[in-house]
Amino acid sequence: MRAEFAAELVAVAREDPRVVLLTGDLGFAVLEPFAEEFPDRFFNVGVAEQNMLGLAAGLADAGFLPFAYSIATFASMRPYEFLRNGAALHELPVRLVGMGAGFDYGHNGVTHYALEDVAIMRVQPSVSTIAPADADQARAALRATLDRRGPVYFRLCKEGSPVPGLEGRFELGRADLIREGEDIALIALGNMATTAVQVAQELERTGVSAAVAVVSSFNPSPTDDLVELLREVPIAMTIEAHYLTGALGSFVAEVIAEQNLECRLVRRGVAEMPRGMTGSPAYLYEQVGLSPDQLVSAAVETLDLIQR
Amino acid sequence: MNSGLFDLAHCIRKSIIEESYRAHVGHIGSALCIADILAVLFGETMRLDDGDDRDRLVLSKGHAALGLYAALAATDRMSAEELANFCSEGTPLGAHPEHVVPGIDFSTGSLGQGLSLGAGAALGARLQRSDRRAFVVISDAELNEGSVWEAVMFAAHHRLGHLTAILDLNGQQALGYTRDVLDLGPVGERFRQFGWTVEEVDGHDLDQLSRSLGALSDADAPPRLVIAKTTFGKGVSYMEGRIEWHYLPLSDEHFAQAMEELEIEPVGAEGARS
Repeated sequence: MRAEFAAELVAVAREDPRVVLLTGDLGFAVLEPFAEEFPDRFFNVGVAEQNMLGLAAGLADAGFLPFAYSIATFASMRPYEFLRNGAALHELPVRLVGMGAGFDYGHNGVTHYALEDVAIMRVQPSVSTIAPADADQARAALRATLDRRGPVYFRLCKEGSPVPGLEGRFELGRADLIREGEDIALIALGNMATTAVQVAQELERTGVSAAVAVVSSFNPSPTDDLVELLREVPIAMTIEAHYLTGALGSFVAEVIAEQNLECRLVRRGVAEMPRGMTGSPAYLYEQVGLSPDQLVSAAVETLDLIQR
Repeated sequence: MNSGLFDLAHCIRKSIIEESYRAHVGHIGSALCIADILAVLFGETMRLDDGDDRDRLVLSKGHAALGLYAALAATDRMSAEELANFCSEGTPLGAHPEHVVPGIDFSTGSLGQGLSLGAGAALGARLQRSDRRAFVVISDAELNEGSVWEAVMFAAHHRLGHLTAILDLNGQQALGYTRDVLDLGPVGERFRQFGWTVEEVDGHDLDQLSRSLGALSDADAPPRLVIAKTTFGKGVSYMEGRIEWHYLPLSDEHFAQAMEELEIEPVGAEGARS
C-alpha cells in the first residue's frame, strides 16, 4: 500500500505544482522516486515532527499542498498540537501521512505500534481521517481528497492484498458494503477488511450469513451508511487494528445509541499494549485476539448468546 | 528620532492600557513590552498592502495579542469600535490572536509553534520566488520549548534569509525570571552557533529597531535574529520588571497611574470600565 501511495503521489505531483513532500527523516526505499523527480519540492526536515507540521501549515497558507510523512505513531502524536493549532484551526490543506497501522511495524516494538492514531485524529472535527483498506483504495483516497480544504490524516500500511469486492472504491465519509449478510454485520476499519472477509467466509461454512462493511474514513463519518446496515442485522462486530476506545468501535456505538437502533454491538480491537512482545503483524494480531479464527469464534459465541 | 513611530508606539501603549482596563484582562506587561517593536513593524518595516505578496507576521508570543490589535487599529487596519470589543462576549479579539481577524495571518497562543509557521511561510515564499518576508516575534521564555530549536535548525540549514525572528528579551516568564527558571545563557551566541545572523538592539529604541528590522537580507542568506532587549511592562513604572504583571488586570488606581505616567488623557467615563 505504501509504495503505491507514494507512486500515486509522484503522479499527482506531475500534474499539481502545489504538492510538496516533507518527511521526518523516514521513508527509506519509498520516497526516493519523489525526491529524485522533484528535488526542489522534497524536504527531509530531519527528526523533527513538530517543526514539520508547523512548516506544513506555513506552506499551505502560502498556497501549497504539503504532504508530511512519518511513522504513524510519530506523525500523529508528537506534533499533534501543531496539527491542531496549525492546519486544523486554520483549515489548511496539510496531508499528514502516518505509516504503519496497528502492528504493521510488529518487529520494531511497542513505540511503533499505532493503536490510538485514529481516535486522536477523529476527535478533531476538521481533520479528515482516512485508513485505506488496500493499495487501490489508498490511491483513490489520495486523489479524492486533493482539493479538500482542511487537513487529512492518512493511516497507511506497508503491504495489503486487494480487498475482494472493494475494487479500489473510495468515497470520503462513506462505508462500503462489500458483502451482504443478515445474521451479523462485520464492520472493519481499513486494513482489517481482508480479515473481516475471511471471517465472513468461514462463518458461511457454519451456516452464518455475515455482511461485511469497510469503514475507511471519519470526518465526515459514514453515519447514514451504518444506520442503513445496522437496521437490518441483530448484531454487529467491529474489527480494528486499534485500541478499543475512540475509533471504529466507539463510532459504531455512538451511531447505535444516538440513532436508537436495536442492534447489539461487539467490539474487537486491541485491549491493551502487548508489552514485552514483538513479532510479525499476524503473530501480534493473534496475541490480541484479532486473528480470523479467533474472530470467527467470537462471532459464534456472541450469536449463541443472543439466541439463548 | 522618527516622531511618527514615536506617536505610533505611544498610541499602541495607550490602547493597551485602555482596552485591558476596559476588559479587566491581564497580559498587559507582555504587550507593553513589544509596543515599540510593533510600532516599527507596522509603521515602517512590513509591506502589508501587497496582497498575497505581503509580508507575514507571526506573533508567536500570542499572549501579547492586545499589542497586535492596538497596532492594527493605530495603522487603520482595525476600527476603534472593533478594538473596543477586546475580550468582550463573542468577539474574535481574545487574549490570544486568531487568524480570522483581518490583518492577522496566524492564530497563536501555544508557545513554541510560531517560528515553524514563519519558517514555512519563508520557505513557501522562496518556492514561489516571492520577495515577501516572514517576521516572527518570539519570547525568551518560549525558547524553553524544544520545538523552537527544531525550527532554528531548519531555517539555518535552508538559509531562509527572508525569515526574521525578533526575540523579545525581557527576562521574565509567567512564574519567574528566566535566569531562575531555565537560564538562557548567551542566547545570541547560541543562535549564532546554529547558523543565524544575530543583532542586538535596545527594544525600546525606535531608531535602532528601525535600522535593524529594515535591513534586508538576501533570500538565501542565513536567517536573522534581532534580539530586542526590552523591559517588561515598559512605560508603566509599577509594572516594569514585575512578575505579577504577567497576569494581573488593572485596578482603577493602577489605571489612573498608568495613564498619568504615559501622559495619556483619559478617554472619558464611558470609555472606562464602570
